[in-house]
Amino acid sequence: MSFRLPTFPGGVHPPDCKAPSAGCPVAAAPMPEKLAVTLAQGLGAPSRPVVAVGDRVLRGQLIAEPGGFVSAAIHAPTSGKVEAIGDCPHPAGVKAHAIYITPDGADEWAPGANVPAPAEAVAALKPKEIVEKVKAAGLVGMGGAAFPTHVKLSPPNDKPIDTVILNGCECEPYLTSDYRMMLEHAPEIVTGLRLLVRAVGAVRGVIAVEANKPDAYERLLREVRGIEGLSCRMVAVKYPQGAEKQLIKAILGREVPSGGLPMDAGALVQNVGTAAAVSDAVCFNRPLTERVVTISGDGIERPANLLCRIGVSYRTLLAAQGVKTEARRLISGGPMMGLAQWTADVPVTKGTSGILVLTTPPPPDWTACINCGKCVEGCPARLMPNRLSKLGEFRRFEDMAGRNVLDCIECGVCTWQCPAKRPIVQWIRQGKNELRLAKLKAEAAKKKAEAPEGVLPK
Amino acid sequence: MTEPAAPQGAPSAPPAPQAPAARLPEKWLVGSSPHARSGETVSQIMWTVALALLPTCAAGVVVFGWYAGLIIVLAASSAVVAEGIVQKALGRKVSVSDGSAAVTGVLLACCLPPNVKWYVPVVGSFVAIFIGKQLFGGLGRNYFNPALIGRAFLQFAFPTQLMMPQWPIVTRGSVFESLTGDIFKVASGTPGGADAVSLATPLAVIDPGTRALPADASPLAALGKGMGLDHGADVLRDLFLGNVPGCIGEVSKLAIILGGLILLFNRYINWRLPVAYVGAALVAVLVLPVKDFAGHWTGIYAADVYWPYIGQTLLVHLLSGGLLLGAVFMITDMVTRPTTVKGQVIYGIAAGVIVAMIRLYGGYPEGVCYSILLVNAARLVVEKYSMPRVFGTKRA
Ligand code: SF4
Ligand code: SF4
Repeated sequence: MSFRLPTFPGGVHPPDCKAPSAGCPVAAAPMPEKLAVTLAQGLGAPSRPVVAVGDRVLRGQLIAEPGGFVSAAIHAPTSGKVEAIGDCPHPAGVKAHAIYITPDGADEWAPGANVPAPAEAVAALKPKEIVEKVKAAGLVGMGGAAFPTHVKLSPPNDKPIDTVILNGCECEPYLTSDYRMMLEHAPEIVTGLRLLVRAVGAVRGVIAVEANKPDAYERLLREVRGIEGLSCRMVAVKYPQGAEKQLIKAILGREVPSGGLPMDAGALVQNVGTAAAVSDAVCFNRPLTERVVTISGDGIERPANLLCRIGVSYRTLLAAQGVKTEARRLISGGPMMGLAQWTADVPVTKGTSGILVLTTPPPPDWTACINCGKCVEGCPARLMPNRLSKLGEFRRFEDMAGRNVLDCIECGVCTWQCPAKRPIVQWIRQGKNELRLAKLKAEAAKKKAEAPEGVLPK
Repeated sequence: MTEPAAPQGAPSAPPAPQAPAARLPEKWLVGSSPHARSGETVSQIMWTVALALLPTCAAGVVVFGWYAGLIIVLAASSAVVAEGIVQKALGRKVSVSDGSAAVTGVLLACCLPPNVKWYVPVVGSFVAIFIGKQLFGGLGRNYFNPALIGRAFLQFAFPTQLMMPQWPIVTRGSVFESLTGDIFKVASGTPGGADAVSLATPLAVIDPGTRALPADASPLAALGKGMGLDHGADVLRDLFLGNVPGCIGEVSKLAIILGGLILLFNRYINWRLPVAYVGAALVAVLVLPVKDFAGHWTGIYAADVYWPYIGQTLLVHLLSGGLLLGAVFMITDMVTRPTTVKGQVIYGIAAGVIVAMIRLYGGYPEGVCYSILLVNAARLVVEKYSMPRVFGTKRA
């Protein structure tokens, strides 16, 4: 091959299924009668509510503050009344409280929010101030992992970041929210990228777009043209091209060390949607109160890309787009890495990139591994999923540690491909969990042994 | 995050009263990601392998007559029956429809001479399935290629019927003639064959006591003479098309390559493995030191005599015997080869060298079956030492 787009070794090509929603411009989702803003919006500690039941809140008003360093601020998605603070099902299955808000229909912004900042003021911001603004706006990664953005923007001094990569790959089938953002909000994405580059003191910013979205690529290319240090790269269409470590490998040729973070490879990866939100936060004082969510899947009547307020329930959105009677699965995120839901009463969070309704039947019973090697060939972490799966099959989870199970990114490539339909990722998760428990137990035992009055270790 | 262990349903909470009525399923199917699977299945793979073997089988029938077809059918059906019986007896799920037993039977038939008695393939298939496959736990758990286990067993059980230098000669003219001529008339070819003239296989010609190609003549001409094919220059063509004595499935290289392309196209084999196997065998044939009966070195060690014929020597080794059949269908058997690409190359090279050694030094002119069985045993070790470097780790 004479010309090859940058990519990573391994990966697969599942059917992309993006056509049903790719052509749908972002439309406003219906405003429900009640919003459930969960306090666990991102990875890390849940946030602490700063409003009381009965309070009137305005859109963009702080309603919960970060519950720790790795935690994000939360703002009211619209104006209304705090109806209750209590239990709420969460798409990630975590136990979490939510602030229930009844919209008053005025959708009135809080004072100071949604006010454009003068260009000179933005230009004068110091890196620290940009990070502060990002933190105050409650930004989390919008690609799905929902890691608080300000944490990623605060690397320790000994880990300099030279490159900010914006992830516009959207390699999961069905999802088109990033694609629509790139088409419709290219200027904001580029502004956000420039702010991110400044915030971490990087020398370059790269927007990576998979080759199956040439129009988005062209659009962004036009936008970055002439801006020093910024570029737009087309990358090969392959799942999981948008996985952080794989994207860094493709763009920079660097491998994030095992157990390490992107900053260990001098890189920061942010989703394109997050970049647009950074621009909103810094240039318009607009906290994160809404996001684009793809509603699609073969069980949806009218696939769409909806601009949803944080806290609207899946049920509302599904009702608006119609669900076919053959619907079987409800997925938050993409079909490869998304989370299966048991109820449609979970709310949209800042990390919800898509809501899929699939008619996929349960997989057939798995059979013995036939050593086809497809999982080995496809594993982007270059593990031996066939061997891991055999350990899982015979419940030898403790032996998985010797097979680098912790380097698995749970991308699902192995399981997707397996002709024997073996639930490899499920076993791997069990293995990881087992290892975590064993570590906890070992720590507890060590503590006990070290305690002065403890029993003598045998 | 909690992930339910197995797909199961949980009732959804009562619908929120404020939401517009959406007809949602009572229960959503939940389970661990990924929520989509590729359509590929084990039986699809196995039946595709069977399809890839079809040209080879067809060529066997065209060359040797319908009795060869009967052997193939007997071997395949006995394998299926054997698999069903063991699975039933052991209380395992009967999975004969996945096609793997049929493939084993066909592969076994492919490496049998076309004039064996009818019970030979039956016994072979039962041994292949009982000992070669189900004893280890069934499909995917066997360490050795079941068809080759069956073949190796038959070699000992019926040595006279499988004796290599005693192949039947082609019962008709060239493949072309029989394709255009009346195949059905030839179908009456006597089972076990009166037509079966005792003639050397191509490989046996290489090994007529000198343990090397005759040094005095062009290897191809000698080969042609040894096989009773007088059309000198066409020997190569006959070797390629299959118009030569040999096992049912190994005669037509054209058919084997066609099947190999089917496997490659479906990405069920990696080209590096057959190429490593064949390549290593040919290189080893050249470099392994062999003396002829007069005590003269041959191969590259007798460059003056052999050099002009090196190309022919290699072609004879490549196109005769079961090397190509083994390279395309046997050594590539998924279950019994390493999964890593690097491992497959090492594995192929090891098997290739062994083939050459058996061919050159062994008292037995063909070594494909044993070379593959030997490396089968080393599969896990080869795989272990050829694992890829885990992403983000340093090269050890
Ligand atoms: S083992 Fe982990 S990283 Fe490798 S393919 Fe499977 S899920 Fe992906
Ligand atoms: S994909 Fe499945 S059958 Fe193939 S090697 Fe991996 S675990 Fe085994």
